[in-house]
Formats: sequence, C-alpha cells, structure tokens
Amino acid sequence: MAGGISYTVDETTKLSTAEVYAKALSDLALQDPRIVVLTSDLAKSTKIGVFEERFPDRFYNVGIAEQNMFGIASGMAKCGLIPFTSCFAVFTACRGLDQVHTDICYQNLNVKMIASHAGTSFGQAGTTHHSTEDIAIMRSMANLTVIVPADGLETANAVKAAIELNGPVYIRINRGFDQIVNDGMDYGFQIGKAVQLMDGTDLTIIACGSGVFQAVQAARELAFSDGIKARVLNLHTIKPIDREAIMKAVQETRRIITVEDHTIIGGLGGAVAEIIAEGGKACAFRRLGLQDAFSPIGLHEDLMSYHKIDANGIIETTRALMKLDFEEDDNWEDEV
Amino acid sequence: MGLSKEELARLETKAHDLRHSIVNTVLFAGSGHIGGALSALDIMVMLYYHFMNHKPGDPHWEDRDRFVLSKGHAGIGFASILADLGYIEKEQLKTFNLTGSKLGIHLDSNRIPGVDASTGSLGHGLSIALGMALAARQLKKNYRTFCILGDGECDEGSVWEAAMAISHFRATNLVTFIDRNQYMIDGNTEEVMKLEPFAEKWRAFGFDTLIINGHSFNELHTAIEHALVASEKPVAIVCNTVKGCGVNFMEGNYKWHYGAINEDVAEQCHRSLDQYYEKRVQEKGA
Repeated sequence: MAGGISYTVDETTKLSTAEVYAKALSDLALQDPRIVVLTSDLAKSTKIGVFEERFPDRFYNVGIAEQNMFGIASGMAKCGLIPFTSCFAVFTACRGLDQVHTDICYQNLNVKMIASHAGTSFGQAGTTHHSTEDIAIMRSMANLTVIVPADGLETANAVKAAIELNGPVYIRINRGFDQIVNDGMDYGFQIGKAVQLMDGTDLTIIACGSGVFQAVQAARELAFSDGIKARVLNLHTIKPIDREAIMKAVQETRRIITVEDHTIIGGLGGAVAEIIAEGGKACAFRRLGLQDAFSPIGLHEDLMSYHKIDANGIIETTRALMKLDFEEDDNWEDEV
Repeated sequence: MGLSKEELARLETKAHDLRHSIVNTVLFAGSGHIGGALSALDIMVMLYYHFMNHKPGDPHWEDRDRFVLSKGHAGIGFASILADLGYIEKEQLKTFNLTGSKLGIHLDSNRIPGVDASTGSLGHGLSIALGMALAARQLKKNYRTFCILGDGECDEGSVWEAAMAISHFRATNLVTFIDRNQYMIDGNTEEVMKLEPFAEKWRAFGFDTLIINGHSFNELHTAIEHALVASEKPVAIVCNTVKGCGVNFMEGNYKWHYGAINEDVAEQCHRSLDQYYEKRVQEKGA
C-alpha cells in the first residue's frame, strides 16, 4: 500500500521478529529511495539479507567492522540518505558506541539502528553476545529515540515510525520469535506513548520488549488466582518517555513493577524510577531484570525464568509487593 | 598541467596570510593545537582555494565537494580558512575557545557553516568520508570527498577498517590525505607507536599511495590531479609535513602539538612566518 505498510498477524505468524523487520524495511524502501542498509557481516543473522536480494545496490556489507559501519552511516545521512544499520545490540551499544555517540547522536543524524539479539535472547551464545546494558547506554545519548518493541508487528510499526521521524533512532529487537502481543498493526502505535494492554487499579506492570507478553500473562493469572487487578503498560518507547502514563499509573494504582530483559540499572526500570522520584509521590516500586549481574548461558525462556522476568517471577514479586505498606497520600494537588 | 606561476603565487600568499591568522587565533584563544594546524594548512589551502567546488554563500549546496578534517584538533587552522572564505565572520575567530562561542577546538558541524563533519574523536573521519563518497554514488552525484588524517591518528584501528572498506568499495571519489608530520602528543610517532613502513601499509590495503612534500603546492597539485582521475584504486597521499611549519622554534617540536602563546610569543611567530614566506617563495616557490 502507498505511504505505509499494514500486516496482519496471520501474514507474519511464520516470521521471526527480525524477519518482520526485514520485510517491513524492504517494503518501505520500495516507497522511499533514501533508505539504504548497512550490516557488519550479519545479513543472515539479522535477517536483512532479504533487503539485499530486493535492493542489492542499496545494501552495504562492511564486514566485521562496526565502528566503520556507524561512521559510514553518519556520512551517508549527512548527504541525505536514511541508513539503517543491522547489527547485534551488544555490538551497536558497546563496540560501535564512540561512533554512535559522536558521529550519529552528537551530529543528530538520520541514522536508524536496528539492534538485534537484544537482552538474553541469544542466551546460548553466552555473555559476550548478551546485551543487557544497551537501553541504559543508549537512552543516555542526547538526540536519540530509543524503542523496544514487544513483538514483530510492533517492530514493523517502529520501523515505519522511525522513517517518519527525522533523527537518530535505536530499535532494540530480539533474536528469534517473540510471543505475540499485538494481533495487528492498527493499535495506535506512537513514539513516546505507552500502550495500555490491560486496565487495573491494584498495581501497574510496566514492561518493554519480551517482558510485555510475560506481564500480560502474569496479570491474567493474578486476576484469576488472586483477584488482583493489574494494569499492564507496554512502554515501547524508553526515550522520549511517557511521563503522563507513568504518573497516572502511580496515582491510580500506587504500586509499580518494571520488567525488562536488561539490567535493572539505568534501563526501563531506571527511567521509570527517575520519573516517579521527580513526581514526588510515594509508591511501592520494584524493578525486575538482571540484578546488577551478567547473565549465565541458556535458552532465552530459561534465562527469563532465572532472572524472574517471566510471568512466574512477576507474579511472585506482585504478591510480595501487595503486602508492602507505603505512605498513603491522597492529595494529588501538590504533585510536582 | 602544472600550476601557473600566478596561481602558485596566489596560493603561497594565501597560505602565508592564513598562517598569520592561525597565530592570531591561538593568541585570541590563549592556546591551541598550533603545530598540527600549521602542518596540515597547505593541504587545506590547496583544496579550498583551488580544487574544491563549494559555495560559501550556500554551505548546504548538495553538489558541493565534501571535506572531512579527521584530525579534528587542527580545527583552529580550518577555522581561519572558513573565516577567510566567508563561511563565518572573521570577528568570530576572536571568540575561539571562549565560553559561549560557536568555535571550539573541535568544530561542530551543526553550528559552523562549511564544516561537513564534527570530528575530534580520532579514527572517525575516514569512515564518515567514505559514507559521503558512497552516498554520492548512491545519489548519482559527482561531488568528491576529501579527508585529512593525522599520522598519529592512524594508530586507531578504525582507520584501517575504513581503509579496507574504501578499497573494497573502490571509492575512488574519495581522496585520503595523511598529514605525516611525525609527531603526536607524547613524542615522535616512531617512538610512541611505530607507523613505518607507513606508505606500505596503505599500499597493502589497496591504495594507490603517493608520497609527497605536503608543503609544496606543485606536488600537492600533481598528486590531487592524479587522484581525481583514479578509477581502479583509491588514492592515499602521504604528505610529509613539518609540525609547526613556518614558525622556526615550533618546527619539529612535539611540545607545540598544543601550546599557549602570549603577545610576545605571537610576535616572534609572526616574524618567523614572514621569514619563512620569503624563503619559501624564493626557494620552493615559482
């Protein structure tokens, strides 16, 4: 379709998240000749090889040289192209960071970084290939928009929105298949606006990426077995953050749990904590994620369980949190 | 065809004036990277005043030739050129390094018209320049991209990532210069981290590599003319230069990589530059 893309869940059910990204970018590239793709010997791994098949003249494999890739991308963007880099998250946020910081973010250039194999989604590869600090690193970069989609269709929405936004964007996706959160693309995805997937008044689970599906599962189970009404927010955009949705959740539910496949330091949990602290209202608060640790090796779902960022871990933390007292304060007139 | 006598004289005079301007700017700023600015100056003069297609009144002209000063610390020299050409006001040089000024040691491409890339973190510029060169090919444009690296900068591994890719992509619309002034902050390049055999390294990475005197406009002219018609191999020009070129007590002294000067020292610099100019136009000149 002209001016965009629209996929149904049936069309993409056999595609991994990265394959949906590659399909979306290829379809959008047909409509926008400014789009080019760069990868660092990760055409197969990041699934962007399909773009190369469709647009061989707009595809640059720079070999295993991430620093060079981000520098090239910045030079291309300076001259009016929209370069997409297709690379593992850990090699984007760590190996290539000096170039990402100085060449792309400082110069505020229109480079879109697709960072795959995020969190512990390539768990078997070991800690050298885990990316559990990238949200913290990338959200500290001025000018940069940071998006962590929950599934394939949200990734397609993020890619489309990134093209429409003039400026650098970091999109963090997982290796392999994500559990389906969205049954279509038409749910009002907007950069910087959280999506409320379930309403509730007892607590709010704020999640991103693979944590979102687990949050929904946990909320359903909590409603069924404990009668706890949990709100679930998919905070797909870490920066700019949806302060309004977070403070509304604080005010209306007074208990917040964040869930991320990432260290609890500085990522989604850290970002939400900053908003809550500056909001000046007491609330019970827990961050789920890697507890200042590198992850052991394992399958993604096993590691999610190990780090208590799966439904069971969220349920356990919720039950503990529901027992906590906190200072009651019903006066919201003095909110800062 | 070589440079005409008139053109050579024009370039020599321009370089001379700009050397004075650099000394003045370092004086305004209190200190600066004067050594590397003076070594790279003649390359920049050759490009901006002879080869490059650019419009100071339209700094974002999309068909302009691109220039990336990968050794971004020579920005204090580049700034004098930008001021002379009218990209910025000459008066702005008096604010160099001052709080609130747009001009700092490493020039900001989003704040200074005529600066195509914000450099300073060494080892970045050649990749950025390659991106610009590949964009020209992608956008079917004829602009050329020129990049100046420092020699010490070539310690950075990313320089060689870029070099490998320039050769791989046959980016012959990009010309790479290395300001081979032999010195880095802590001393001679061969003592701090050995670069030699330096030209051999560029050749091994697939470059048609020329070694010239980077203070000779005739040699620069011939080398760039050669580079601009390259079609198979990209060209790297190793420019043998003198750190602090033109100021006798700074020449070849790595302690003037970055230094502070007062009015007395500036006066000595100006006198030395005048002597240098006289000698240069007599000996090396036309």
